[in-house]
Amino acid sequence: MISLIKECNNMLQTTMVLNVNKIRTDFPILQKKINGKNLVYLDNAATAQKPSQVIKAITDFYENYNANIHRSIHQLGEDSTRLYEEAHKKTSDFINAGFEELIFTKSTTESLNLLAYSLANKINKGDEIVVTEMEHHSNFVPWQQLAKRNKATFKVIKVDKDGLLDEESIKQNITSKTKIVSLTHISNVLGTINDISKITKIAHESDALCVVDAAQSVPHMEVDVKRLGCDFLAFSGHKMLGPTGIGALYGKKEHLESMDPFLYGGEMIKDVTINDSQWNDLPWKFEAGTGNIAQAIGLGAAIDYLKKVGMENIMQHSTDITNYAYEKISLINDVKIYGPKPKNRANLISFNVKGVHAHDTSAILDGEGVAVRAGHHCAMPLSKVLGVDATARASFYLYNTKEEVDTLVSAIEKVKRVFT
Amino acid sequence: MENLDPSYSGDGMYREHIMDHYKNPHNKGTLDDADLTRTEKNPLCGDVITISLKLENKKVSEVKFEGRGCAISQAAASMITDEVKGKNVDEIENMTREDVVNMLGIEIGPVRTKCATLGLVAVKEAIKN
Ligand SMILES: Cc1ncc(COP(=O)(O)O)c(C=O)c1O
Repeated sequence: MISLIKECNNMLQTTMVLNVNKIRTDFPILQKKINGKNLVYLDNAATAQKPSQVIKAITDFYENYNANIHRSIHQLGEDSTRLYEEAHKKTSDFINAGFEELIFTKSTTESLNLLAYSLANKINKGDEIVVTEMEHHSNFVPWQQLAKRNKATFKVIKVDKDGLLDEESIKQNITSKTKIVSLTHISNVLGTINDISKITKIAHESDALCVVDAAQSVPHMEVDVKRLGCDFLAFSGHKMLGPTGIGALYGKKEHLESMDPFLYGGEMIKDVTINDSQWNDLPWKFEAGTGNIAQAIGLGAAIDYLKKVGMENIMQHSTDITNYAYEKISLINDVKIYGPKPKNRANLISFNVKGVHAHDTSAILDGEGVAVRAGHHCAMPLSKVLGVDATARASFYLYNTKEEVDTLVSAIEKVKRVFT
Repeated sequence: MENLDPSYSGDGMYREHIMDHYKNPHNKGTLDDADLTRTEKNPLCGDVITISLKLENKKVSEVKFEGRGCAISQAAASMITDEVKGKNVDEIENMTREDVVNMLGIEIGPVRTKCATLGLVAVKEAIKN
């Protein structure tokens, strides 16, 4: 009998793309109880949990290899430099970029700010910078402020009623005066997946640069910068199983070569005299000062983990879970889902329970052990378009299960009971 | 580090008196002839509270609030308006987060504190000058 059950379980396993039960054992925090209930972590778009492989890589570095990089001529210095450069190589390979084309920063936010400063001298009065209504503040405000400083025109592509970028608005806003088009690959509120190759082509026809905020996409799908064709692409380690404090900026080599550094200081220098300085080779030209060495190595371990599971499998699993959740949540009366139909949607669902503020929804969900985000998700212009102050958002990753979606659904039912 | 405080959230937060204040807020509205008004926003969740009040001999003689947001922010604002009516400005200036926690009767986590104290902040800012 027991062997029969085992066999059935094995058969079930093989029909799922991922062995989620096994994956879950790699994430110590998933064993935690919240309010006496099993933790159901559905706030992955804010930050992902870390597998013990990543935690161990960081501890191992501090316990066995800690030294500054690129300067200390001793055994530890050689080791730490090698490990840091390996992490660089893993990260650039992961998005199919050249080694010189990937800069470590602390986050997507820093990557985009670096760009907005380093590209500033290419933006003149009357030039246009184009973003979209679905941008996170970190891909909105740096460009808005650059446009202000340089007296350029700041333009915003509209989102249509289905949560997609409005085709007409794309055509209208990108013109011969456009110098930069910056947009998100996946919206962190709507879950919309934008067609980056298409927008890049349109931008390039106008001789504009195309910048991609890939904070939500690199953790969830195969991202190949050569195939996308974009000029720059930014992402964060902490949303892809890595630690906080490490992010990356990809830039085409020819652009990075012609750009000014963002931060000046140690390590980004080749030669300094009283009157002038020469910059170090790429990518170090953009990595001034002592960086986040342990975090970079942690990100490298996260990438190893993701590659072992396989990005295609992760994407498929998230899509299955999201479709299941979409179907279930749609069936609850008085719950509104924002954003596109499942066909164009990534791994997240923003929703509101009628008459209940998203904060109250998430507080009650938390009582059931279910962690979701509530708020404007750092996208206030989009909140305005949607006509809401706040939404609750459930976002899924490789360790989430359909049972957890069921827990979410019954917790939403509880919200309705408390508020009626 | 074990579960810091379980009453930070869950349906236990939404006790009867909090839901009463949320559904039937006291002193809701605006005073047309207010001496002082103040709007405070919580960027975290878009809570907004506008306080209008009248002073007589440095005492709050009338007070009303308008606003929208989560149940905790709106219920706390309703309770605050009850509380400050008749109080003099010095007493109000000495009110703290702890007073709000006592009124609500639940512990509030650091993230939610901004919601809970929004009404108090608006009143204190209004009388500051
Ligand atoms: C689409 C998008 N862009 C940018 C960011 C900012 O990422 P970070 O806070 O890691 O800089 C986020 C994270 O919330 C995001 O979802």
